[in-house]
Amino acid sequence: MSILVLLLITGVGLGALYFLVASGLSLIYGLMGVLNFAHGSFLTLAGFIGWEVGRRVGDGTWGGLLVGMLVGVVVGALVAALTELVFIRPLYERHIEQVLVTVGLGLASVALFEGIWGTDPIQIRLPAWLGETTDVLGANIPNDRWLLIGCAILVLALIVLFLQRTSYGLVIRAGVENRTMVTALGIDVRRAFTIVFAIGGAAAGLGGVLASVYYGQVSAHQGTSLLIFAFIVTVIGGLGSLTGAAIASVLVAVIQQLANFYGGWGDFAVVLALALVLLFRPTGLMGKVKH
Amino acid sequence: MRTFLHSRWGKLAIGAGVVAIAAILPLLDIRIPGVLPGPTYTPGTLSMLAYAMLIAALALSYHLIFGVAGMLSFGHAMFFAAGAYGLGILLSLLAPTGMPPEAVFLLAIALTLVLALVLGGLVGALALRVTGISFAMVTLAFAQAANVLIRRNTAGLTGGEEGVRIETDVVPELLVGVVNTRNLYWLALGILVLVYLACLWLERSRLGHVVAAARENELRVTVLGLRPYRVRLFVFAAAAVLGAIAGMGFMLLQSSATPRISTADFTLTLLVIVVLGGVGYRWGAIVGGIVYTLLDQRLADLASAAWIQGLPDVLRIPLSEPLFLLGMLFVLVVMFAPGGIVGLAHRVSRRRGGARDATRPEALQDVEA
Repeated sequence: MSILVLLLITGVGLGALYFLVASGLSLIYGLMGVLNFAHGSFLTLAGFIGWEVGRRVGDGTWGGLLVGMLVGVVVGALVAALTELVFIRPLYERHIEQVLVTVGLGLASVALFEGIWGTDPIQIRLPAWLGETTDVLGANIPNDRWLLIGCAILVLALIVLFLQRTSYGLVIRAGVENRTMVTALGIDVRRAFTIVFAIGGAAAGLGGVLASVYYGQVSAHQGTSLLIFAFIVTVIGGLGSLTGAAIASVLVAVIQQLANFYGGWGDFAVVLALALVLLFRPTGLMGKVKH
Repeated sequence: MRTFLHSRWGKLAIGAGVVAIAAILPLLDIRIPGVLPGPTYTPGTLSMLAYAMLIAALALSYHLIFGVAGMLSFGHAMFFAAGAYGLGILLSLLAPTGMPPEAVFLLAIALTLVLALVLGGLVGALALRVTGISFAMVTLAFAQAANVLIRRNTAGLTGGEEGVRIETDVVPELLVGVVNTRNLYWLALGILVLVYLACLWLERSRLGHVVAAARENELRVTVLGLRPYRVRLFVFAAAAVLGAIAGMGFMLLQSSATPRISTADFTLTLLVIVVLGGVGYRWGAIVGGIVYTLLDQRLADLASAAWIQGLPDVLRIPLSEPLFLLGMLFVLVVMFAPGGIVGLAHRVSRRRGGARDATRPEALQDVEA
């Protein structure tokens, strides 16, 4: 029982990380039809810079970590918005080329990160509390999972509030449903593109700093490995659906944790889940959008 | 002269000429400083050129899927790895059976081809049930699963991170060792020509036309009473087999294979090569493959050059990462030269001939999901 509780909560913690990456991917794809291969790089860069700033403010303290998270959010948003303006916008409506550009950026940026920070992972110091465990129904849950889950819930709430309560959110939601109609009504959707990229980048940036908390290290390949799972989550949840991404993140991570524990086949279980979902429900769990 | 060069016999003559020149390279002493590491007859240069040609062959097989059929697959490295690992593993499994070495060698090749065909057919049959980005994701997921299998040293066969070494006892002597690099070079050239001819035949066949038509307008092909699913599956499986052939050549050339050739990054490199050369052009895949490999090797040498090491960090770090430079080059090509290298060449030659303006290759516009 206690093992099951541990696996479930750890799974939800990992799912929180997936969600931070997948939410941006899903929104970007839903609105613009672009599968963003550079998303992992936003995450890695934010992780590195968040760590660099955080350790200068206070290595291994809460202050340092919080500043690092804030910096990660800002860096992620800025880099993502810049990517959209410089690389994606000139290729307006040419989806395959947009994907190719993000592929190139992803490859190039990882090489650059390796050049700057080295190929080996760098161990980081964290506040002592995050290294301890809390007892839940007899299971010792590592405390960093609570931080991850809390942050993901906060991000989910903020994005939902933004989408439901602001006029830009309205444009974005309408754009995901039917972009041609929104354009025909005289609304400039392109500004919404930049905003969606910035939001996705901010979430990924926070995810980058939290990934370094989860793994206890920062490395140039952190983003790439998370990105593949985030893609799978996005497709399972339904491209363009935020709720789908949230549900699928938790589902995928929990399946992965359980399969990893009972037999070590976590990665296969995830691929199998993807194959099954695509065979029986090609648009994903919550997907409606077709491009 | 111009009309002759554009006629069927002219093209055939050019092709034969290029192959002939490539074939006699090992006998010549050509030095191109900055491009080749040494004279063309040295084993180092030959093995690099052979590697470049195998990558070009692999890129050609990917061109069938991406350029001709318009399917964005992220799993093609899986078939290259299947060829390399399949040959290596089967050779070491069959070697102790006591059959004559020639029989073992041929049997291993035949079985690897069957393996690639079955794998290609199975993955294709599943993945082709969806289209567009979902197709890309399914292929990515399968390739990822294959990569995990290989890295885990499944059943003690794939050797984990160390990879697989080839059993040299059962490989014909002509293809073993540095002394015989020349033969391996000719083998690689042969594989490239074979894959090229297979692509040519496939593209010119009725099936090739149906696949291209399905890329342009799937609904119309369906209305005409044809089934895009079947022809796509055939092309996917054929590309898998051709990719596996390139993989077998790679195994013989390098005498070992590591999990690197099964990663998603390796497939992305293929995508980069095909786009760099020019999507939709057969020659694009070949030119892209060779240019990319040469650039990759030379940029790595450049990184260790003294004048680069002396630069300040801001310049030194980006310049000493070949993949960074290639990635940025790729981004520039996608943004400013959508036809790639071959597309640029076409544009230049057409402008000179005063003919109509070069158009964008149609393949790129229509792959869209």
